[in-house]
Order: sequence, then C-alpha cells, then structure tokens
Amino acid sequence: MSSDPDRSIAEYLIGIGDDELILAHRDSEWTGHAPILEEDIAFANIALDEMGHAAAWYRLAGELQGQSAETYPDELVFARKPDEFRNIQMVELPNGDWAFSLMRQYLFDSLETVRLKALVESDWDPLADTAAKIRPEELYHLRHTKAWVRRLGLGTEESNQRMQNALDELYPYALQPFSTSGNEFSALPDIKSLRQAWKAEIQPLLAESNLNIPSVTDSPVRSREEHTSYLPMLIEEMQMVARTETEAQW
Amino acid sequence: MVETSLDRVWETLEDVKDPEIPSVSVVELGLIRQVGFEGSTLIVAMAPTFIGCPALDVMREAIREQLLGIGIDRVEVKIVIRPPWTSDWITSEGRKKLKMVGLAPPLKHGGDLEHFIDASARCPYCDSTNTELKNSFGSTLCRSIYFCNNCTQPFEQFKPI
Repeated sequence: MSSDPDRSIAEYLIGIGDDELILAHRDSEWTGHAPILEEDIAFANIALDEMGHAAAWYRLAGELQGQSAETYPDELVFARKPDEFRNIQMVELPNGDWAFSLMRQYLFDSLETVRLKALVESDWDPLADTAAKIRPEELYHLRHTKAWVRRLGLGTEESNQRMQNALDELYPYALQPFSTSGNEFSALPDIKSLRQAWKAEIQPLLAESNLNIPSVTDSPVRSREEHTSYLPMLIEEMQMVARTETEAQW
Repeated sequence: MVETSLDRVWETLEDVKDPEIPSVSVVELGLIRQVGFEGSTLIVAMAPTFIGCPALDVMREAIREQLLGIGIDRVEVKIVIRPPWTSDWITSEGRKKLKMVGLAPPLKHGGDLEHFIDASARCPYCDSTNTELKNSFGSTLCRSIYFCNNCTQPFEQFKPI
C-alpha cells in the first residue's frame, strides 16, 4: 500500500469494488442456466446488487482522487487491462457446479457482511455512509445463501459431498483478504479482527450444515495483483462491447 | 424568470412515478429528501432505494424534465445516501397504493432490519400473516416473493430495507 492515505484508501476501495464487480459478472453467467427458476432470478438480482455496490465503491475512490463520480466507475470497468484489476482470486474462478457458485457466494456474503459492519464505524464519513447504505441489501444476500448452504449441506449425500468439495477448494481463496499485512489507516478496518469476526460468522452455520472447515490457515495468494488465467477471459468478455463501440451511449 | 413556489415543486414531483411501480410517486416512496432554490437553480435531494437500482437514473431524469416543464430554469437532482433511505419512509398513501396493485407494503422495522427480516409479510389480498417466503428475490431488486397459505395466492412484497 502507498504511504499517502488518500491513495491507499482509494486502492482499498478499488479492491473491494473489483471483488463485487467480478463476482457480479460470474453470477450473471447463471442467468438462464440456474438449476431452478427461483435461483436464476436470485442470482440475477444478487449480480445487479453487487454491481451497484462496486459502482458505489468506485465513486468513493474517485472522490479521493479528484475524479468524476459520473465517469470514473465506467473507466475502471471498461478501460483497465486484466492485470490492473485488484479483485481477490476467489471471485474470478469459473462458476463450476451449482454447489461451487453457491458456496462462493456464501463465503463472499459472510465476508462482506463483517466488512460492512466494520466499515460503518470508519472515521471517514463518506465511507461509513456508503457502508451503511449497502449493509441492509447484504442482509438479504446472506440470508439467502445461508438457507441454501444449510439445505444442501443437510440434503442428500451427494449434495453434502458437493458442498464439501466446494468448501475445500474455495476456503484457501476465501482467506486472501486476511493474508495481506495490516493497514495503519483508521478509516479502514483492522484485518485481524475482521478475520475473527468472519470465522465467528461462518463456523456455526457450516458445523450445523455438516460441513467441515479445512485445516488450512493461510491463503497461498499474497497480493491482489496476482490473478489466475481465468481473469483475462472474463475481462475480455466484459469489455468487448465497450471496446468495439467506444462512442456508444448507454 | 417565473417564480415557482416550493409547494408547486412538491405537487409536480407527485407526478413522477417509479417506473417499476407506476402507481406510486417518488414523493410517496419517501425518495425526495429536500427541495430548495440556490439562486435560480432548483436543487432536489433524492435518496436511492437500492444502490444498484437501474430505475434511479430514469427517475432522476424524469424529475428534471417534469420540473423544467413547469418553467424552472435549472434543476439539479443530487443523490444523497446519508441517512440511507429506508422503506419506513414510504408514506401511508404510498403503502395504500402498493397494496392496491397487489404489492405487500414493507413491514416497518424502525431501523432494526436484522430482527425484522424474517417476519411474515402480510398478504395484500386477504391481510393474513399466515404467509411463506418463497424467494428473497423477485422481478426487481426491491421485491421478494411470498405465498399466502390463507387465500392460496402468491404475492410480492416490497422488501423492507
């Protein structure tokens, strides 16, 4: 992180905005393909919500850097190269089976919920206000994914096994936000307490759903600058229209 | 410049509807937080419902057009998120109209959504609370889908937030 507080906070905001954007893109890939109509609708809604959250974080990042709130979010989404995105790797992984997508959404929602709880206390008011605005929406996401984790965890042997496989694969990635060194800015949440809050959030539900948390304690990914080979393909698809029709009005 | 009273402004805003719920105005939804002139520019402070709601820009533009239409020189619609919009701000008139189109009005939660999120919605057709949540998500960001066990009708609820 940069030593200039505004710049560091802007980098942080772009990171969490990118998490929301890339996950929104993956979620939207379920549209028309989800196993049941209700989940098709749910994932489309969640994708739209997360995209709205991304735009809100980008606008704040823009504010700190003297950028226009109207155009900066679009610039970040459509004009950056894949290696300029700062999302955690978990959200860029391909959708896999339904259990994988659902488990990822649950791990993300639980993370976002504890993060928002902390951000509401930020001493930078615009950040606290945005977090307070987003938080009630996230309650609906978490309620939804919790219900599904329980249902599939306690469902059949196969549904439990698929959820366990998904958890085993995703868990190390879910630890990435906690693997960076702490930050010294009072506007941003403390990473250690965030990790504790997240553990406390996920442990009871996963235990109750007969799912075992893997023993790994650290993420292999250290930096938000590191990506898998899946990200460039996703970005190419996301930016294709904007790059082809640069003058298009939306 | 024609002098326009703020009463007239509020009256005009009653004609701007939510494109996703065309029977309810932006005023009845509690979206308009403040109106006031700064010189000859009318500033309208508007709170978004859901932050990713695609209807926001449509309403913003409709507000501008409607107000320019009554002879105001310049209109600026500012988006304010502090304090965040809550469905508790929907007026009683707005609630009546939601119910009339078969959309259950959101339960008032007084700022404690965490404890009210699982409360049963009241069926807009028979007023029973013997209802079941079928899906937290519906045809727009602000709706969830319920089933009424009493009158056996599916219905949508405006999500409390």
